[in-house]
Amino acid sequence: MKLAFQLAYKNLMGAGLRTWLNVIVLSFAFVLIIFYNGLIDGWNKQASVDGIKWEYGYGQLRHADYDPMDPFTLQDAHGVLPGASSQSLTPVLISQATIYPQGRMMSIALKGIDAKQATLKLPTNLLSESKADIPAIIGKRMATSLNLEVGEEILMRWRDKNGTFDAANITIAGIFDSHVPTIDAGQIWIPIDELWQMTGLENHATMYIAGAGYEYKAAPGWKFESQKSLLQELTDIIEMKKVSGSIMYGLLMTIALLAIFDTQVLSIFRRQREIGTYIAMGMTRWQVVSLFTMEGSMYSFMATILGAIYGIPLLLFLAWKGIGMPAASQEMGIIVADRIHPVYGLGLVLGTVLLVVAASTIVSFLPSRKIAKMNPIDALKGKLQ
Amino acid sequence: MKSLFIILLTSGFFFMPQGSPDANAILKKLDANMTSKTLVSKSEMIIYGRRNSRTIIAKGYSEGQDKSFTEYLSPEREKGTKMLKLEDRLWIYSPSTDRTIQLSGHMLRQSVMGSDLSYEDMMEDRKMTEIYNAIVIGEETIGGRITWILELTAKVDDATYEKRKTWVDQERYIPLKEELFAKSGQLLKKIEMSAVKQFGNRWYPTKMNFKDMLKEGKGTDFVATEMQFDVKIPDYIFTKASLKK
Repeated sequence: MKLAFQLAYKNLMGAGLRTWLNVIVLSFAFVLIIFYNGLIDGWNKQASVDGIKWEYGYGQLRHADYDPMDPFTLQDAHGVLPGASSQSLTPVLISQATIYPQGRMMSIALKGIDAKQATLKLPTNLLSESKADIPAIIGKRMATSLNLEVGEEILMRWRDKNGTFDAANITIAGIFDSHVPTIDAGQIWIPIDELWQMTGLENHATMYIAGAGYEYKAAPGWKFESQKSLLQELTDIIEMKKVSGSIMYGLLMTIALLAIFDTQVLSIFRRQREIGTYIAMGMTRWQVVSLFTMEGSMYSFMATILGAIYGIPLLLFLAWKGIGMPAASQEMGIIVADRIHPVYGLGLVLGTVLLVVAASTIVSFLPSRKIAKMNPIDALKGKLQ
Repeated sequence: MKSLFIILLTSGFFFMPQGSPDANAILKKLDANMTSKTLVSKSEMIIYGRRNSRTIIAKGYSEGQDKSFTEYLSPEREKGTKMLKLEDRLWIYSPSTDRTIQLSGHMLRQSVMGSDLSYEDMMEDRKMTEIYNAIVIGEETIGGRITWILELTAKVDDATYEKRKTWVDQERYIPLKEELFAKSGQLLKKIEMSAVKQFGNRWYPTKMNFKDMLKEGKGTDFVATEMQFDVKIPDYIFTKASLKK
């Protein structure tokens, strides 16, 4: 084995630029796989943390009729959960309303939340500190689309529980900056006491956000969505992204592996005398196959070392600096930070090394199998087989 | 003559508003004038946008206040769309999908084809006297017609508008202008009626402009080009089968 390793190393070094071209392409694929997966993992981690902090808490207890994807359910999807106040639950009542920015008409989700809550990162303290009749907080996306600033007023129209219209000015008490578009775009947050009074739905909630100490007990008419199930959609999107990303680096890997395959085929064709000599000197056919396979595998070892030389500082720099994401990606309703910091786990690095080594070993072994069928005398003579 | 003057004086005649009518009676007459047993009409709905306007032509049939059927005749995109209202249910048939859907809940609060009217506005079938208490708060002349200004306050919990102001023609008992208010007193919508025409014994405004006062724009005009009151309408018109015909 040691001999095979030494011979393989010598042969590769002897091949010169051809070896280095293979190693460079393979190392590039290797670094790219780690970077891309690290980026996706970093996004996943950041999005999960943001989702929990800003929207999901430790789960949501939703009214059975509430469907977040269907605003038409809001009219009936609310109720009173007995004993909610004694549990670690933050009530949120959602109602439809219309605002009129610059003479335009815009439908929004009007959300009432307990101003004293601490489960979510929403700055609801600004609601209780404000002296306005109807204080409201909005996200930066909403503020940008409405061209609103703190202290400004906007006219809002809503309906009470009987469907009667009401309208009043609301005052922007604060603008929060969150990466979670689902609590921002098209939404206005006001104190729940105020919304109860405005709609006549005293103590009603569309959902309750679970706090750290909440333990779910079955409640008729309510369904509990755990933190995991709430994050599932995000996990699915990220998994899908991983698959689509794998096509890109899969292509790069294929190019690198094709190059190794080609090199092997050429080596076996050009080095028939050498093969015959090895066998004549007492090596078994399979030892020669191992030698050639080792040569192919060594590309991946060298690619790992080369990749580590330029990849480690590069990937660490990117993890520290982060990758800027285009603003448009945040308008798509997915949690994406302005900058994503890639996360490289040990499993990811080891897994990628294993993948590259295994793939290059396989593509080296496939053409080398031909050696096992060679006639050693013909090989020594350099006859084509 | 002197004794008559004394009688009038002691009876408080001079202290009463001259000819102050019973507002609820006016409302009743208004209801009677604006409703009919049946109505067949052809109308144009002109929706004014920011840059341009579009006109939708429709033919409508209604019987009492519970049944109505509308078929859109133009533009091409809306042609063949039909709406059927039976009591508090509303179905819409779309020829492009060949499907009939029933609108309910929040969907009824959506705008009708981008106009300033909601399906719910079109669905309102209760008489004004059933929803509001009225008082006369003044008089005003609109387009040369003397009107009473009626202030209507909801007497039921589920009125869409808590308050209304209606300008009623003193002679013809038809509304010439309406203002609809939120609970807070904020003016939400204004309706102006004009082109009043006589149909038999009845006067009727054939042009109405609906304007959402909270947004910019000229609102939506509703112009009746043909109107036939109290004509026989075949029963099949008010069935779901007629939507796909």
